[in-house]
Amino acid sequence: MIRLFANANYDFIKWRRRAYAITALIMLAGAFDLAIRGLNYSIEFTGGTLLQVETKTVVPVAQIRQALDAVGLRGAEIQTFGSDTSYVIRARITAAAAERQATDTLAVAAAVGRALDASAGAGQYRVVRTESVQPKVGKELQGKAFLAIVLSFFVTLIYLAARFEWRFGLAAVLATAHDVLATIAFISLMHLEVSLIVVGAVLTVVGYSLNDTIIIFDRVRENLHKYRRQNLYEILNLSINETLPRSVLTHGTTIATTLALLVLAGEVIRPFAWVMTFGIFTGTFSSIYIAAPILLLIEKRWPGEDARGARALGARAPTPVPTGPAPVAPKAAPAPGPKVPAR
Amino acid sequence: MTIRTRLIVIGALAAVSVFALIPRNVTQRVYDAGNGRMKDTTVRQVPISLGLDLRGGIHLALEVDESKGPVPDCADAIQRAERVVRTRIDEFGTREPVVQIQGRCRLIVELAGESDPARAKSIIQRTAFLEFRITDMKNQFQNALPQIDGALRRAGVKARGATPSAVSQLFGSDTSKAGRDSAADANTPGVLSSLLFQGQLPGEFLVPEEQWMVVDSLIQRPDVRQLIPRGLDLKWGAQVESRGARSYRAVYAVEARPIITGEELTKAQARRDQLTNQSVVEFTLSRRGGRKFAEETARHINDYMAIILDGRVQGQPPVIRGQIATHGQIELGTKPLQEASDLALVLRAGALPAPLTIVDEQTIGPSLGADSINDGIRAGVVGVALVILIMVGYYRLSGVLAVSALTLYCLFTLAGLAILKSTLTLPGLAGFVLSIGIAVDANVLIFERIREELVHGKSLRLAVEDGFKHAMNAIVDSNVSTALTAFILYLVGTGPVKGFAITLIIGIAASMVSAIFVVKTLFLIWLQRRPAMTTLSV
Repeated sequence: MIRLFANANYDFIKWRRRAYAITALIMLAGAFDLAIRGLNYSIEFTGGTLLQVETKTVVPVAQIRQALDAVGLRGAEIQTFGSDTSYVIRARITAAAAERQATDTLAVAAAVGRALDASAGAGQYRVVRTESVQPKVGKELQGKAFLAIVLSFFVTLIYLAARFEWRFGLAAVLATAHDVLATIAFISLMHLEVSLIVVGAVLTVVGYSLNDTIIIFDRVRENLHKYRRQNLYEILNLSINETLPRSVLTHGTTIATTLALLVLAGEVIRPFAWVMTFGIFTGTFSSIYIAAPILLLIEKRWPGEDARGARALGARAPTPVPTGPAPVAPKAAPAPGPKVPAR
Repeated sequence: MTIRTRLIVIGALAAVSVFALIPRNVTQRVYDAGNGRMKDTTVRQVPISLGLDLRGGIHLALEVDESKGPVPDCADAIQRAERVVRTRIDEFGTREPVVQIQGRCRLIVELAGESDPARAKSIIQRTAFLEFRITDMKNQFQNALPQIDGALRRAGVKARGATPSAVSQLFGSDTSKAGRDSAADANTPGVLSSLLFQGQLPGEFLVPEEQWMVVDSLIQRPDVRQLIPRGLDLKWGAQVESRGARSYRAVYAVEARPIITGEELTKAQARRDQLTNQSVVEFTLSRRGGRKFAEETARHINDYMAIILDGRVQGQPPVIRGQIATHGQIELGTKPLQEASDLALVLRAGALPAPLTIVDEQTIGPSLGADSINDGIRAGVVGVALVILIMVGYYRLSGVLAVSALTLYCLFTLAGLAILKSTLTLPGLAGFVLSIGIAVDANVLIFERIREELVHGKSLRLAVEDGFKHAMNAIVDSNVSTALTAFILYLVGTGPVKGFAITLIIGIAASMVSAIFVVKTLFLIWLQRRPAMTTLSV
């Protein structure tokens, strides 16, 4: 029997400050990048026209660009897409030209057609995908994506408040908010295109990270009943260590599938797979280093009734000696936890 | 629950799933292009339909066009437009077209397998409002021209372009001396009248092609509109005509009241006129419309009748030689027959209540879709193989149980997609692959619990029992919260993202059944078969 991290006893919480530093570094870099370059929104969000073209022979991007300039389609983005003979051409709608260009899809398509006739030769290329969105729709989508993330936080908060306690819910949601920010920083640093699929990936990361946090919190809730003498600091460490084998296994299988998607599933899915792969890391990280310490912090600040608050206060000195008046229920009560509120 | 009942439940679930996934023959009513009627055909339908991004096609999102004036109730307009568009699309000949209202005021049209967006758009977007109006037989507009010129001169609009003398040279027309004489009286060429050349029939004027925009902006001016005689309208011709070396566009003064509209039309059919080699759309009016039409045409014998489609006069207005009843035709000149049959199609389906504008348009080539499917399946196979490797390598026999439950998981998820009639999109495919990695989480949680219980010195049976029981809380809480986020994604998302969310939700439900119920049953069978077993391969 292989046993990874069985009876592990790492002091995870001790390293929380270093963990904060790492995540702050990623986010700062991301924020900096975001301020300079901004997010690379897809046509769905900005409005504009996209054409995906496959050519029979390799045509240099510079040549296509020249031809596009020649037919008056300036400022279009040209990228190879997965292979040397596949290109994506994007003509975004800028705010100034929005009204004029709004209905110009066919004009753009025709201009690209002329340019390709000139650079690749007629019959040497094939338009495999076109997409044209008015800016109005893009605005709506941005609003909806934002709404989806905020709504999911809200619903989770309510669910966790009902199933656990509001302190757990808040800690889980804050950890997840961290994941969203870190993921946005990652998207910005990698310069991934923000499309609807990527927004979907961010929301999946939200779900996955919550899932992971809940598994640990579930252990915490159980251990709080089981070990009446330990303080919250120790309980958190214990719970993280106990769930460590599970974390390694589940993250392992999930990473296996996202890596398969990343490498094999093609260009369209790649941004999604990148976000998910990063999301698994940040989700795991935040469950341990954000959710747990924040729970500690919240319990310190607004101590819950009963044992939990006392334990949290005791966490200032991470010793197994219970401090304070410790209004603990009869010692070592393995019976269904009598005084823990809001289960 | 005994093992027996458990097995029956699993068997029943699997049977239902397999049944849901069997391709079957479905009878559909489709449009027969041969004779223009609907007919029944039987098609073999695969239960999970592929999204446009996987099989290629056209996706359009349309809204009411408010650029030419506000539309008071867009929801109502879209609802009526949906019926018209659906009728048109049904005749278009696409298999399983999607026409649905999204939100309040948006119409989604999806045509799988089509690759000519221009044609699809022209059929969907065409308002197809047909009307017949008598031209200005009394030359009222022409008589009003001097006044209009005067008003324009007072407003400070300068004349430019051709001189009236050019007109007489060009056409040698003699029908309406009055108009030109009065313009000549003013000594300077009139601003508007200098641009209008008398046509061949009452109420017809020709404008040089390069100047029609100028004329259009002049006749749109409120002060000019006011001076156009009551009961008259100006309508542009649909085609550009060439006379000699120059091209002209016709503008017609027509009565504001149509003698009949396309609402009374029951049939329309395209045909090619053998004699003139012209494309022609023949139409038939309803009985009521026919009576009305006969009455009106009887009163207007020898008058000219303009056929106006979407505000443009089609061809040159013909003269009414005698009473016309229920049959008529629209001449389209040298346009291809395809265009004529498309016009016949939209006329049959009826007019749109308001013009529609396209806000989102996507075309995906079929080859791209096929590539996506292949790549997705390849990634899925490799991903699953890795998951199997990890699970069996780590948990040995228990891992084998989990993997066999994973097969049922795939079956249940696909069946769920089929039962909910959801379409499989590319993000959905990715979500499915990802969910396989996440689906084993419940088993991991359970197995780790069983190991812990064993370490605590519990007996095999008790460890298995307690392992399942204690892992339950974590599994339920984590899955419910994931399902909640997926549900929000479903509510807020559109198109492919919705498909992704559905796949995720079904996946969660299926994984609960397979990882908990099925795996536990397998464990129970295992323990029953080996009562003497002292160590568990977990």
